[in-house]
Amino acid sequence: MADFTPLAAAVGGALIGLSSVLLMLLTGRVAGISGIFGGLLNPRSGEIGWRIAFFAGLILAPLLAGLIGHGMQPPQMPASWAVIVAAGLLVGFGTRLAGGCTSGHGICGISRMSARSIAATVIFMAVAIATVALTHHVFGG
Amino acid sequence: MAMIASLLCGLIFGAGLLISGMVQPTKVLAFLDVFGAWDPSLAVVMMAALAVSAPGFMLAKGRSRPLLAVRSFWPARDDIDRPLVIGSAMFGVGWGLVGLCPGPALESLATLSPGVIVFVAAMAAGMVLRDLWQRSRPAKPPEEALAQRAS
Repeated sequence: MADFTPLAAAVGGALIGLSSVLLMLLTGRVAGISGIFGGLLNPRSGEIGWRIAFFAGLILAPLLAGLIGHGMQPPQMPASWAVIVAAGLLVGFGTRLAGGCTSGHGICGISRMSARSIAATVIFMAVAIATVALTHHVFGG
Repeated sequence: MAMIASLLCGLIFGAGLLISGMVQPTKVLAFLDVFGAWDPSLAVVMMAALAVSAPGFMLAKGRSRPLLAVRSFWPARDDIDRPLVIGSAMFGVGWGLVGLCPGPALESLATLSPGVIVFVAAMAAGMVLRDLWQRSRPAKPPEEALAQRAS
């Protein structure tokens, strides 16, 4: 547990929660990232601008943080391109099929005590934990 | 005004992912690695987010309409069907392989990391594939759909 950062996690988490509440209170939309992104790939009129604005803010955040000296490190990705592509395809297809990801089901859905979202969150968490257990401990990593 | 609100919400969301460390796949994978050197930070992120969003959504639900738009888009469904289960399991495998879910992946585009760009392109392709596959399937007759729901 050497890397446990409870304070940063609590502050960051509260901001994520605040963002979801504000988006619903102000614009009436669910802050589900896969849904907001998916809507851009299958665009309908009146459904594009707010989605692009949201992603502009999302990508602006690390750039602004960089200006005040807290730039974001490029994420550490797997060495294998095949794994990156396969994982991307699974995340895209899966979240679209399930109608949500960590934000839409995990935060917005659970906040509303939606049985559908609670089931989705339990499943993707459990499967992700099993995947890490297999790749890191069973097959070595 | 609604555009500025969306931009601001994206900015706050991005700041939250950044401060919590959830933009780093290593941090997410350390949470998912319960049999290794487990880092419970992601659980704290979820709990803190829910502590704010649960009362916030209750407040939003009580209002007849949002402040800057004509209507709210609340999810209508609450059933647990096969696409939900299979889709969530697929997402879980992909998330466990790389440690990126859609939010952090899109935010990480800011670093112009080639690995992230390829991941996001594959994610977009996966979403489009699912939509094409869905459209290619004949719609189920209502009786059959109802019977399936009951079983």
